[in-house]
Amino acid sequence: MSITPKDVEHVARLARLELSDSEKDQFTEQLNAILKYAEKLNGLDTENVEPTSHVLPITNVMRADENRPSLPIEKVLLNAPDEEDGQFKVPAVLE
Amino acid sequence: MSEPNKYETVVGLEVHVELHTNSKIFCGCSTAFGAPPNTHTCPVCLGHPGVLPVLNRQAVEYAMKAAMALNCQIADISKFDRKNYFYPDSPKAYQISQFDQPIGEHGWIDIEVNGETKRIGITRLHLEEDAGKLTHVDGGYASLVDFNRVGTPLIEIVSEPDIRTPEEAKAYLEKIKAIMQYCDVSDVKMEEGSLRCDANISLRPYGQKEFGTRAELKNMNSFRGVQRGLEYEQLRQAEILDGGGEVIQETRRFDDALGKSFSMRGKEEAHDYRYFPDPDLVQLHISEEWKQSVRATIPELPDGRKARYTSEYSLPSYDAEVITSSKKLADFFEESLSYTKDAKAVSNWIMGDLLGYLNANGQEISDVKITGQGLGEMIGLLEKGTINGKIAKTVFKAMLESGKLPQQIVEEQGLVQISDEGAVLVIVDQIIEANPQSVEDYRAGKDKAIGFLVGQIMKASKGKANPALANKLLIERLK
Repeated sequence: MSITPKDVEHVARLARLELSDSEKDQFTEQLNAILKYAEKLNGLDTENVEPTSHVLPITNVMRADENRPSLPIEKVLLNAPDEEDGQFKVPAVLE
Repeated sequence: MSEPNKYETVVGLEVHVELHTNSKIFCGCSTAFGAPPNTHTCPVCLGHPGVLPVLNRQAVEYAMKAAMALNCQIADISKFDRKNYFYPDSPKAYQISQFDQPIGEHGWIDIEVNGETKRIGITRLHLEEDAGKLTHVDGGYASLVDFNRVGTPLIEIVSEPDIRTPEEAKAYLEKIKAIMQYCDVSDVKMEEGSLRCDANISLRPYGQKEFGTRAELKNMNSFRGVQRGLEYEQLRQAEILDGGGEVIQETRRFDDALGKSFSMRGKEEAHDYRYFPDPDLVQLHISEEWKQSVRATIPELPDGRKARYTSEYSLPSYDAEVITSSKKLADFFEESLSYTKDAKAVSNWIMGDLLGYLNANGQEISDVKITGQGLGEMIGLLEKGTINGKIAKTVFKAMLESGKLPQQIVEEQGLVQISDEGAVLVIVDQIIEANPQSVEDYRAGKDKAIGFLVGQIMKASKGKANPALANKLLIERLK
């Protein structure tokens, strides 16, 4: 499997990123290099290894349904690009 | 306009139900509705870097309970996945959901439409987190984001495309709501958004096996709105097909005020959520013992109660269906039966006076003050002859509004039925004297006249005369 410039465009659009032509080439190359590196895993014999979604031998990590204090509103809004009435203000996404 | 019955409608519903846990699904923030914006948020639900979500056990158990009540098979192994999308309502740019190993699968519920029972399949039930709430301002150029709702635990219930009419869709939703209410996993208030519904709808010519192209309908704010939205969509798609056109696969927003649906996105990139397992959340292994302990918490469900009401109390199927459609109404019915043995009478008062009053005022049983004890005791007073049917109507209305017990209402308002022969006779004689024409009519063989005379006696006694006694004494006097 290899990444084409078209794949890069698709993923960039999903991520709302605008890439220049040279960036597209650059990322196509880099992503392919990463895939190639990961492909080394295919060389391993996994005949007797169970498929899993997680590598940690831990399951069922849960907490009780108890409330903990939330952040004070001033801290919540520290990362807001803009604010109004205690809310994050962002450019509208047109539907 | 398309000719009816040319196309078969195929509907599948996606229902989101907010679980009423105290805290959010992956952090300790409160899930209470109506707090000032962003005051129920923390680094976890705001998606700050470096934080770790920790799963709320109660949310998992509510989801299992709901899935079991919908006859789903519960997974032995379940996991959480990231559903990636960019939108300001999601601070992490992904929603934690479940992709290929949901909590429950292969369920079903039975619905009743026009006296017939139909089984609707449930494809799956999975757990996920809710998104934030956007308010559009500045003439639509900016949005305000409130993240309080982010991370509220949700279950998404996906039906099989087994629904064939808008009416069936409404019946399905009402049944889902009732089951969630009985299970006590959610407030299921559509107006507060704790129950939401999207619909997939397509048309196909009768006899065709393949499904037609479907539209996804969103933004329906009530069960009635779902029905209306689907009815509109049926017509819209039929007209396109009749004109030789093709239905476009798209998401459409239903506008309840206009009664129309509108395409939501002009040029939509096909959804590509790139699901992958969330590395921050380990697998969930659901043991037999755990399943058993959750199963033990499921109460008798609407269908079970309905069957009991028809067999044990001989209620008509329709009455039993209506009464069990709301847990509070069914509980009210059963509470009444602790005070009277006459289930049929209780049912008649619920189906008639109670639901009539509630529907006329757009209220629910929890909005009025009458208790099951009150209704049960009132039926007792009727049986004993302390009050008659006419007084009972007055007492019932007073109970709805004050919540007082019937004995007290009867005493305070002097509503006791007059069953003393001498007292009734005085009124009977007055009425005979005042209505010579009717007396003559009766004696001439017009039996109807007696009804008029009894009516006059009841009126003169302000409804308090014992009608049977009045009838008897009147006939004796006129002999």
